[in-house]
Amino acid sequence: MSEKIFEPWNDPNEKPLIQFQNVTKRFGDFVAIDNQSFDIYAQEFFALLGPSGCGKTTLMRMLAGFEAPTTGEILLAGQNMAPIPPNKRAVNMMFQSYALFPHLSVWENIAFGLKRDKMPKPEIEARVDEMLKLTRLEQFAKRKPHQISGGQRQRVALARSLAKAPKLLLLDEPLGALDAKLRQDTQFELMDIQEKTGTTFVIVTHDQEEAMTVASRVAVMDHGHIVQADTPARIYEMPNSVYVADFIGDVTILKGTASPRDGGYDIHFAEGQPALHAKSDIELSKGAACYLAIRPEKIAISADKPEGVANAVQGKILDIAYLGNISTYHVELPTGQVIKTQTANTRRLSRRSFTWEDQVWLSWTDTAGVLLAG
Amino acid sequence: MRRASLILIPYLWLLALFLVPFLIVFKISLSDTALSIPPYRPQLDFATGWQEIRDFFGHLDFENFTFLTTDDLYWKAYISSLQIAFFSTIFTLLVGYPIAYGMANAPDHWRPTLMMLVILPFWTSFLIRVYSWIGILSNEGYLNQLLLSIGLISEPLHILNTNTAVYIGIVYTYLPFMILPIYSALERLDTSLLEAAEDLGCSRLTAFWLVTVPLSKNGIIAGCFLVFIPALGEFVIPSLLGGSKTLMIGKVLWEEFFNNRDWPVASAVAVILLLILIVPIILFQRNEQKQREADG
Repeated sequence: MSEKIFEPWNDPNEKPLIQFQNVTKRFGDFVAIDNQSFDIYAQEFFALLGPSGCGKTTLMRMLAGFEAPTTGEILLAGQNMAPIPPNKRAVNMMFQSYALFPHLSVWENIAFGLKRDKMPKPEIEARVDEMLKLTRLEQFAKRKPHQISGGQRQRVALARSLAKAPKLLLLDEPLGALDAKLRQDTQFELMDIQEKTGTTFVIVTHDQEEAMTVASRVAVMDHGHIVQADTPARIYEMPNSVYVADFIGDVTILKGTASPRDGGYDIHFAEGQPALHAKSDIELSKGAACYLAIRPEKIAISADKPEGVANAVQGKILDIAYLGNISTYHVELPTGQVIKTQTANTRRLSRRSFTWEDQVWLSWTDTAGVLLAG
Repeated sequence: MRRASLILIPYLWLLALFLVPFLIVFKISLSDTALSIPPYRPQLDFATGWQEIRDFFGHLDFENFTFLTTDDLYWKAYISSLQIAFFSTIFTLLVGYPIAYGMANAPDHWRPTLMMLVILPFWTSFLIRVYSWIGILSNEGYLNQLLLSIGLISEPLHILNTNTAVYIGIVYTYLPFMILPIYSALERLDTSLLEAAEDLGCSRLTAFWLVTVPLSKNGIIAGCFLVFIPALGEFVIPSLLGGSKTLMIGKVLWEEFFNNRDWPVASAVAVILLLILIVPIILFQRNEQKQREADG
């Protein structure tokens, strides 16, 4: 495969579509966005991920034009957006509540933005039909929003916001109102549509799985800051802070002190436990506080002490969470720490190897964990 | 059985309080006027024999209704009432909509207070409130005093005892009936719909026309009927604030009953008024039903 990998953020020649330059937004005394600068590139699927109140919705509303930055500038294709009102921006938004006009049919909802542009009638008809086809809503064109299902409403909202072919599409928790199964299908549909239309998407979500699935890059936010903005894989495998490691996926975080050895560090995390070893590039002085973050699926569980592994600790099974395809074990060390591990359930349940109160060994390699400064 | 009796109660209620009085009025409208107490005949007396009752029905006729068509006072009064009711409904809408809009967009903690201010006038007598307008609108009234003192006019405006005063009175009296249904429609309006409209290229004003107005349509219709229906038969306001030229069917009705003591003609006027009102009342009911269906 010689196909070029899509990562414009690594290409210094690439011009970003959207630039946030030292943007701060205050509501009274409350700082919603604190001096943030970052870029979003054309055709990206960019996810803003964080708990409620972290400022992700404020960022999106500033892009749409419903809020203005207190200080700093937002540039769209090099042009400062501040003086442009929402109705003049080449940006469309899909609202969390979908905000479909209840008095208009599906067809009229989708045509609403096109009519405002004074587009000739045949062109409007062609464009609406195209959107209906894209979102597979052809047979619902004449229905009112209250006569269709939640999933269909979600697609109408998407079709309406895409109809004007915006440079940038904003999606505010677009799948929040759908049930889990429908949500998964819709995530793939969204990616498909994003690819087909070549539109830049910015999605706001608090669901990390959703962000990881759809996005080319994920920005993890906390208290008005973007803590880390990177590809889903790097966010997961190489979190830059305890916050990101903890927010994304399941993880065990052990606190300890570091001492350098063999191009990595020994981590002393508890009295009476052997030191753990982890390879790492970060600079830590001897005795510095540090955290070791290990994903549960990278830890092996066995009944006997494994030979020739970098890290091995013994403990007792405290809890088992059976999730069908995998089981998560919570293993308590004699020193009190609880380590999470996951195994795929390749065997039938009746022949499971371990049960509650069993003494087991946990082991992982020296590259399995991520070492983070304390 | 239980179900039947449950349904029976409201029907008995309607029968006793609406249908029976209506039939009595209808019966009087078919009688002839007479110098007696009560001032019409024939009288229905069940104590007399079967023959008498048959005679009674023999004496009823539509003479009074025919009479209404011969004197142009009546149809002019109907037309003028329709006109006054129609225009005062429009004026009430023009005044009431901005108030309802302002209330619906006011901060949450202000809304109960604003609602109170709208409802408050109901706590005093309607008659006193209309009387107080005489004090405001008369030639020596507060309004003229104010306008004269600030030098806006040099002669007092003659408002009292004109149709203008009647319009002012009706708009004032029925304003809450317009505000409340519109307010309840606007309050339920999801603000993200307006943001969506703006996002799709509407200015604030077009968003108002294309989203806010259509979505408050049911409130507007309900408010208009709630003003139009009672305003059509209004009697107190035209007789207190209107002049000799103000012609409204409610006033004609009253004069027919109490000045001319012509109960049969007055009853005929009332029956026609009711027939005129049935049309908007049915339209109003259908609007309410449609809204319930849309909500459900």
